[in-house]
Amino acid sequence: MKNYFKCLYNWIDERVQLEDLVKFMGKKYVPVHRHSIWYYFGGVSLFFFIIQVTTGILLLFYYKGSSDLAFESVQFIMSKVQFGWLVRSIHAWAANLFILSAFVHMFSVYFEKAYRKPREMTWITGMLMFFMCLGFGFSGYLLPWNTLSFFATKVGTDIAGNVPIIGGPLKVFIRGGDDVTGATLSRLFGFHVALFPGIFTILLGIHLILIQRQGISEPVHFSEKPASEKKTMPFFPNFLLRDLLLWLIVLNVLAILAVFLPADLGIKANPFASAPAGIKPEWYFLFMFQSLKYFPSHILFADGETVGILLFGAAGVLWLLIPFWDRKSSRGEQNRFVNYLGLFAVIFIIILTFLGWLS
Amino acid sequence: MDNVQGKPDLKNRRDFLKYLLSAGVLGFAASVIYPVLSYLKPPKQSEVEVTSVSAGKLSDFPKDSGKIIRFGNKPVLVVYSADGNLHALSAECTHLGCTVQFRKDLDLIWCACHNGKYDLNGRNISGPPPRPLTPFKVIVKAGEIFISKMA
Ligand code: FES
Repeated sequence: MKNYFKCLYNWIDERVQLEDLVKFMGKKYVPVHRHSIWYYFGGVSLFFFIIQVTTGILLLFYYKGSSDLAFESVQFIMSKVQFGWLVRSIHAWAANLFILSAFVHMFSVYFEKAYRKPREMTWITGMLMFFMCLGFGFSGYLLPWNTLSFFATKVGTDIAGNVPIIGGPLKVFIRGGDDVTGATLSRLFGFHVALFPGIFTILLGIHLILIQRQGISEPVHFSEKPASEKKTMPFFPNFLLRDLLLWLIVLNVLAILAVFLPADLGIKANPFASAPAGIKPEWYFLFMFQSLKYFPSHILFADGETVGILLFGAAGVLWLLIPFWDRKSSRGEQNRFVNYLGLFAVIFIIILTFLGWLS
Repeated sequence: MDNVQGKPDLKNRRDFLKYLLSAGVLGFAASVIYPVLSYLKPPKQSEVEVTSVSAGKLSDFPKDSGKIIRFGNKPVLVVYSADGNLHALSAECTHLGCTVQFRKDLDLIWCACHNGKYDLNGRNISGPPPRPLTPFKVIVKAGEIFISKMA
């Protein structure tokens, strides 16, 4: 058996010089320090993406993206198709965990200042992927076409419509018309299964290539140590094997959640029925949604909600561009302000999510 | 490069070609982008102009209740109040567009999304809604309820 593998390896090696790749991987090291654990969340997020693509393709074999058939087709997947409930449940859970691990990955990169020069592009592509994750969540939420998702989409797109100037056209563009209808479903379906995955894959490719080219970032406190005191671990195989082990654990957690807390389907959306109580966005939008509630309906001459949206937009842009305004970290100095800002963001998100969840 | 500088008309010719090429690229890009953008803009569906819609027989409508009817492709809430008055209002909450409902226990119109409240005339009385609900005209003709747009 081993000989066959050896043969295959040699056959490929002869043609594409695998030797170089192995040497390259062998030279890569992952810094070992007390915050090393956070290095794993990027890999975990990648794993969730792979799961989403796989289960998403499986769902596509039965799902029908039209307002007459969507709900019934999901019902069909869950009740008739063998293991259909499991596939859908995994897709729904992995979506949530994906965003959670992307949050963790983003904040750990932020606090380690791993975005600093020369890794600005890695940060930007990562942030764009994060925004896309939210887009995946929003568009995927409508696809089962149930009452909750119908009204959540209505409210969500209406909020987008409050953005000055571009809001109106943006709302019509997302909805595929003036109201949330079957046209909205077709559109979000297209975004969810074709447009977003395409763009995401390109961004992911760039992100991964950059990480391979530049190696893994060393936190400031680590890079200041003399070379003899730097503890490292080879990327291949040590780090990779640990990452794979974590993937296995994650897969188990996912399976347990999907089996014991399966995703439910609710009631089919009816545009001519009253909204049910308890309309809430998914948890990852909850903190924004909840904070919008605290804005008075009018601030000076502007609509309170509009002001809130603009503030969140500005905060997002500031966050996206941090490698460019945090010059101190790029010079290898401590930047306490960035730490406090990040801490504030984490606490703000946790508290408001909690408040939104309670209400 | 040297011999280009030496021959000015050759340099001009090269510049000219450069302009031509960039104009061509721009034109090409525009001729691709414009149709794509237009394609993405949802076409205006010619809505059948509805002027009046039946909301069923008055005798089938219990007092102190409300129901949603379709007015074209918009929902309209019709409330038959306990004191025998009929109200018809747009059912789209003025806050973020959820569909409102009549709450018997509160004798109010209520939006479940963010706890917005309106009185039976559609005035926004509490919660986030910024404006009142648009009223519709109600007439009862031969025992049947008709809803129409306010003139
Ligand atoms: S949509 Fe009705 S209160 Fe917000």
